[in-house]
This record gives sequence, structure tokens and C-alpha cells, in this order.
Amino acid sequence: MTEQIPLQKKVLSENDRLAAEIRGRLDAHKVLALNLVSSPGSGKTSLLERTLAELGSKLNIAVVAGDVQTENDANRISRAGGTVVKPIITNGKCHLDARMVLDVLGDIDFAATNLLVIENVGNLVCPSSYDLGEDMKVVLISTTEGDDKPLKYPGMFRRSSAMVVNKIDLLGLSDFELARVKENALQINGTLIIHELSCRTGQGLDRWYAWLSDMMAAKKSGKLVQHVDSR
Amino acid sequence: MHELSIAQSIVDTVLAVAAERPGSSVATIHLKIGALSDIARDALEFGFEAITRGTELEETLLEIEIVPIIACCERCHTEFEIHEYSFQCPDCGSRDVAMTQGAELDIDSITLTDPGPTPICNRESTHTHD
Ligand SMILES: Nc1nc2c(ncn2[C@@H]2O[C@H](COP(=O)(O)OP(=O)(O)OP(=O)(O)O)[C@@H](O)[C@H]2O)c(=O)[nH]1
Ligand SMILES: [Mg+2]
Ligand SMILES: [Zn+2]
Repeated sequence: MTEQIPLQKKVLSENDRLAAEIRGRLDAHKVLALNLVSSPGSGKTSLLERTLAELGSKLNIAVVAGDVQTENDANRISRAGGTVVKPIITNGKCHLDARMVLDVLGDIDFAATNLLVIENVGNLVCPSSYDLGEDMKVVLISTTEGDDKPLKYPGMFRRSSAMVVNKIDLLGLSDFELARVKENALQINGTLIIHELSCRTGQGLDRWYAWLSDMMAAKKSGKLVQHVDSR
Repeated sequence: MHELSIAQSIVDTVLAVAAERPGSSVATIHLKIGALSDIARDALEFGFEAITRGTELEETLLEIEIVPIIACCERCHTEFEIHEYSFQCPDCGSRDVAMTQGAELDIDSITLTDPGPTPICNRESTHTHD
């Protein structure tokens, strides 16, 4: 005797429930939340350091810094002027999940926060399955990687709302081509916002700050448009 | 390698359902996994095998259906299957398209094997020995 029991249950339904709880808290105070994802070393922490140095005195920016083993990134971000910096050490886990993020958000006063940035673990596969309650994923890629990365990691590039091409100061040193990485990314995700910048020289950062301000303003006025397949 | 965490979530969910049917065992778990779910099938199967070894799910089969990616054009509303991750409308060429399936990571159903009605004669024989 066998019996088939229909379940139609999402494997990550518990994560989704917790992510919705995070989203609810952020939305109540209209706080924009970004989930920064990339391969190890593309420049997530560097972009945060730059952003905090530029905007940290004018805005209250909370940062959740995920790291597999150390608090090094959290320390760098604190030195750069993060208003609230919450480290998460995943102890070898390859991604952040909503439980981990919710646990450290506890005492953040969102009424006094303008922006929440979550630096995910350096990995372009695993974090893509875990909704953290963010408004958008921002995927970084650096010019020292292959320009076919979007094609190799379509899931992450599809779910991202914006792509930052970092380390453009190093263009020309390898066969990485800006035009090709953009074309590959747009094939996966035709409405992706693209930034080209260098956290070393500062080139392109003005446009990044302006875009961030636009997104924060859109969130405040309730006009932020969700990217189609962001989850 | 988040497939191990995924396998653990699957096991937890299935055991909770099976616990409501004492005496039955889980023969098969039917999963639906989207082609864009970022789950590696081999790693999931391997992870499931590893964490169920020596448990009541040791004999349980994982049946995985890969769900193809289907998208709908936001401009002309054509529905089409995505091949080789090219997210572009074949009719009007627009790249403003939305996925309608292909991101699933679902437990669709489970098949339970029932050992049959409890053998009443055994119980009666115990009584006679009392
Ligand atoms: N030349 C150059 N180097 C950069 C740039 N941005 C970052 N780097 C360097 O790249 C290295 C890695 O940068 P991080 O900011 O630590 O990268 P990450 O993505 O946070 O790394 P993980 O957290 O380990 O995944 C550091 O040595 C940075 O100094 C850039 O625009 N140009
Ligand atoms: Mg970092
Ligand atoms: Zn079309």
C-alpha cells in the first residue's frame, strides 16, 4: 500500500518567512536595503569603505558584514565610519540566511537609519537562493575576473537589480573587456543597472553615490520598483 | 555547497509530515527544481544520501524533476522557453521579460508506504497468555 501526499512546499519557506519579517521592519521605516554579492575579492568591502567615507557623515548607514571566518571586513567597515556595523561569522557556511541576519538586526533603530547594506559571503552561487529581506541584490564583478562570469552564474545575475564592474583602473592588463561583460550581463538580465568604477582611483563613484541617493529617495516616497525576478 | 543545508531542510520537512502517519515509511520524495534555482543536482543527491545514512530515510528515493525556464515578454506578452540563458523575446526582441517558472525549489509530494493494517491476531494471542 502506497499513498502519495501532495505538499507543494517551498524548501526554503522558513527562510522566506523570516526574510518577510525583515522586509516588514525595513518597509515600516522606508529603509532601503541592499544585498551585496560577488566572488571573493571583487571589492564589496572596498565599495562599502568608499561609500561610508563619502556618505557616512550625512546619512545613518547600517552594515551587516558576513564573513566565513573573521571579523576583518566588519573592522574595516567600522573604521571607514559605519554608523552601526554587525558582523556575522558563518563558520564555514557559504552564504548568509535570513535567520542570521534577523538575529543581528535586533537592536538597530530603523527609525534613525537611511540605508542598510548587507555584505554577503564571497560566492556567486549559494547566496542567490536566500532572500534576506533586501530591496535589491547588487552584484559586483571586477576586471581581474573573466568577462563571461554572468553566463557562468546566470542565477545570481538574473536576480540582481544592479551590477558594479569594479577595478576599472586595471582595464587593459588582462583580456577582460568592458563591452563584453555588459553584453553578457544584459543577455541574462536586460534591465540590469550597470556601474563601472574603481574603488582605488574613485573613478565612477559619483554616479554610484547619485544612484544610491535616487534609490533611497524612491524607497522613501514608496516609488521603488522591484526588479522582476529579484527573488 | 549550500546543497547540504537544502538537503537538511528537505529532511526536516518530510520527517515532520511522516510523523503524523506513525507506522508508515517514506518511499519517495518528489522535488521540483527550476533550471535557474542554483541547485546542483549531484550535490543535492550526495548531501541527501550523506545525512540520511543510518536514519529512517536511508532507503528513501529522491526523485528530481528539473523545471525548464519559461518567461513572458513584458512588451508583447509572448510566452517562451529560455534556452542557453538568453532572456530575450523571440517575437519582438525585447529584453524586458519576466520568468514565470524555472526558479522552483519545492517539495512537490511524498510517497508513503503503509505496512498494512496492524495484525490483530498477535494482540489476541498476547491476551490468551495473560
Ligand atoms: N586595483 C584595484 N584594487 C581594488 C579595487 N577595489 C578593491 N581592490 C582590492 O581588491 C582586494 C579585495 O577587495 P575587498 O574589498 O576586500 O573584496 P571583497 O569582495 O570584500 O572580498 P571578500 O569579502 O573576501 O569576498 C583588496 O586588496 C582591495 O584593495 C579597485 O578598484 N582597484
Ligand atoms: Mg569583504
Ligand atoms: Zn515580446
